Amino acid sequence: MAGTDPIHQFNINTFFTFATLGGDGTKGSGVEFAFTNSALFMILAIGLVGGYLIFSTRGRGLVPNRLQLVSELSYEFVANVVRNSAGTEGMRFFPFVFTLFSFLLIGNLFGIMPYFFTITSHVIICVALALLVMTIVIAYGFMRNGLGFLKLFVPSGIPGPILIIVVPIEILSFISRPLSLSLRLFGNMLAGHIVLKVFAGFVVMLSSAGIIGIVGSVLPLGMTVALTALELLVAGLQAFVFTILTCVYLNDAIHPGH
Amino acid sequence: MDPEAAKFIGAGIACIGMGGAGVGVGIIFGNYLAGALRNPAAAASQFTNLIFGFAITEALGIFSLLIALLLLFVL
Repeated sequence: MAGTDPIHQFNINTFFTFATLGGDGTKGSGVEFAFTNSALFMILAIGLVGGYLIFSTRGRGLVPNRLQLVSELSYEFVANVVRNSAGTEGMRFFPFVFTLFSFLLIGNLFGIMPYFFTITSHVIICVALALLVMTIVIAYGFMRNGLGFLKLFVPSGIPGPILIIVVPIEILSFISRPLSLSLRLFGNMLAGHIVLKVFAGFVVMLSSAGIIGIVGSVLPLGMTVALTALELLVAGLQAFVFTILTCVYLNDAIHPGH
Repeated sequence: MDPEAAKFIGAGIACIGMGGAGVGVGIIFGNYLAGALRNPAAAASQFTNLIFGFAITEALGIFSLLIALLLLFVL
């Protein structure tokens, strides 16, 4: 049943190994630095985004052609999100947010294509991105506001005794942010692709059951098509959600008072 | 009870939590729609808040799904 195993698609295959640190030479020991299918699709995603943006804006036309229009629309789209959520001061983080958005969007969309590896379906990728966001928020918050950044945990206009309850809740909510930010993206992509694969497996199982099965397999096939459309929506939405939440958290670093 | 069986039962029970997230997401989108139909002019400006609330609510459902996945494939 290797062909219809819904988890099989998330396997990381090593293409070649650069170096192995530590270990005693046997397979699986030490820290391996390898070029995997995950790395390949990350490079493909970055290459596609970077290549497209450079290629489409090379003319720098005052009246944009169709290719340039896509670049300008995506720029304006992300810029509006940053301006609305983090204010004009948040625009200094625009390159970071735009990179994050385009990388996640292309990474998620790659996952829908057959035989393509979904880079965001691995929790380590999402955790790395979420921790990067939170590190920037904490570092910039303290850099800009000094200890005033801690006002984030003390909402204004709340009487003293209630603060004893509210401050731990605020701290807990701040700590759980990178957790929820990464797990949301990871969970959505993982669950969506497992469901897709399970329904595709139904088609294979049914069609091996004779002529009635082949006719009946139209139902799960239609469901797979519908779920692919849903996954397309989820891929865009989750990239957008990650971007919005990044902007909201950056806004906390820029304006820590509630 | 066989520990393997208990694992599957636990995964099933953990997924009940996703129902709560489903109710929450339904309430968010339903209330957004109700508000948007009353005042369509203000609807576009609240789209970010809609997605923000959706994301926060959905994360809780994902947590229970994660517990189920951990039970099935990791533990």
